[in-house]
Amino acid sequence: MDNRRKYVIPGDVITTGPFRPEQNVILEGNKIISTTIGVSEIYDDSAKVISLTGKYLPKINDLVIGKVISHTSLSWELDINSCYVGFLPASDVFGRDFSAHADELTSKLKAGDLVATRIANFDRTRDPLITIADRDLGKIDSGDLIKISPSKVPRLIGKRGTMIQMIETATNAVITIGQNGWVVVSCENPEGLLKAKKAIQMVDEYAHVANLTDQVKDMLESKGES
Amino acid sequence: MGGRESTLVLLDENGIRCDGRKIDEPRRIMIKAGGLKNADGSAYIEFGDNKILVGVFGPRDVHPKHMSRTDTGILRVRYHMEPFSVGERKNPAPSRREIEISKVIKEALLPAVILEKFPRTAVDVFIEVLQADGGTRCAALAAASVALADAGIPMRDMVAACASGKAADTIILDVNNEEDQAGQADMPIGYMPNLEKITLLQLDGVLSPEEFKKCVETGVNGCKIVYELQKKALADKYFQNGRDQ
Repeated sequence: MDNRRKYVIPGDVITTGPFRPEQNVILEGNKIISTTIGVSEIYDDSAKVISLTGKYLPKINDLVIGKVISHTSLSWELDINSCYVGFLPASDVFGRDFSAHADELTSKLKAGDLVATRIANFDRTRDPLITIADRDLGKIDSGDLIKISPSKVPRLIGKRGTMIQMIETATNAVITIGQNGWVVVSCENPEGLLKAKKAIQMVDEYAHVANLTDQVKDMLESKGES
Repeated sequence: MGGRESTLVLLDENGIRCDGRKIDEPRRIMIKAGGLKNADGSAYIEFGDNKILVGVFGPRDVHPKHMSRTDTGILRVRYHMEPFSVGERKNPAPSRREIEISKVIKEALLPAVILEKFPRTAVDVFIEVLQADGGTRCAALAAASVALADAGIPMRDMVAACASGKAADTIILDVNNEEDQAGQADMPIGYMPNLEKITLLQLDGVLSPEEFKKCVETGVNGCKIVYELQKKALADKYFQNGRDQ
C-alpha cells in the first residue's frame, strides 16, 4: 500500500511543511495534526484523515435517510442519526399551494415513516433543512433498514461505487445508502435480501480489512451455491 | 499532609517502595478502548488496583436547553465512585470531592477537545470508579481521553495523566494509596504529549521550588508512559494489524 497512508490517532503529527489542512486535521505551527482516529492521506499540497469513528455531521447535498419523529402544523421533524434533527417544511411535500388549514400533514407522512431526503441547507446556526423535492427522494414504502456506522459509508460504496454495485448485481437487491449510516435494502427474493444484509453488515464490521471486496464477493458467491 | 507517624516503611535503603516498585516506576496499567455497546465511546482502565469504566455520549441534544451554547458544544463530566469501590461503603450521592474531581477532569479535557464544530450540543462523559486505590483522578482522566477518541470527538491531542509525589523525602512517580496517606506530597498531572502542554496540575503538600520542578518532570515522564498505553489501546481496537499499514 502507498506508504503515505498511515493509521493515526488524535494528536499524531501527520506531516510538517506547507500543506493545506483538509478534513479531520488541524494546523498547529507548521505541523499537520490528526484530530481523530483514522487513516491519514497526504497529497501534493494537502493532507487529510479519513475517520474510522464518530457521528454523522450533516453536509449540504448529502443523501440521508430519516425517520419521522413528529410534526407541527408547518413542518416535520426527522431523526437523521445526527446530533441535530432534520427539518422538512410542509410546502416541500404539498407544493406551493400548501395551506396549513386545509392540508393535514399526517396524510403524507406519519411518525415512524422512513424518508429518503437530501440536506438542502445547514449552517450550524439552525437545524439542517432537508428536502424531498428531487428524483429518487421521498417516502420509502418497502425494504429493510440497516444501521451502520456513518464513518463506514464510503467503504460500503467503494471506489466509484464498486462495492455497492457488486452487492446489488449479486443479490438483485435495490440498496439506498444514506450518508448518515442508514441503509435501506429492498429485494423481491428473500434469499437475496438476507445476503445483501449480511454483506452490508460485513462491510460495517470489517471496514478496516485490506481485501474486503474479495471477501464480500466470496461470501456472496458461496451462499449462492448452497 | 506533612508525613504522619506510621510503622509503614515507604522507601527502604535500596530505593524500593512499600509495594516493591522503584521510585520512578508506575504501577501496572491496562487500558482497553470500547466495550460498552450503548455508549458512543467507552474505555476501561486498570491502574494498579484502580478499576475505572468510562462512557461517552454525544455530541447530542442538550437538556436542559438553557445550558446549550450557540457558538460551541459543551462538555459535561460526571465522576462517580461506586458504593463498593472503597473499603467502607460510600454513600452513592455525589460528594464534595466527586464534584471537585468532575470539575478538574472537565477542565483538563477542555483544551484537547474541539467542540466548536458542534454548536448547540453536549458531550457527556460518565466516569464510574469500580475500585479505588489512590490516583483515581489521573486514571479516570486517561481513560476519559481514550473514550472521547473512541467516540470520534475531534481532539487536538490525547490527554495522558499520571501522579507524582513525595514520600520519605524522595520524589516518586505514581503515588499509591499508602503513599498518599502517609507521604508528604501528591501531584496529579494531566499532559498533552504531542503539544507538550499541561492541562491538569494539582498539588497537595509542601515542596521546595527544586522539588516542585523535579516532581513535574517525573509526572510528565509518567504521562508519556501512560500515553504509549493509550495509543496501544486505540490501535488494538481500530488497527488490528498493527499501527502502520
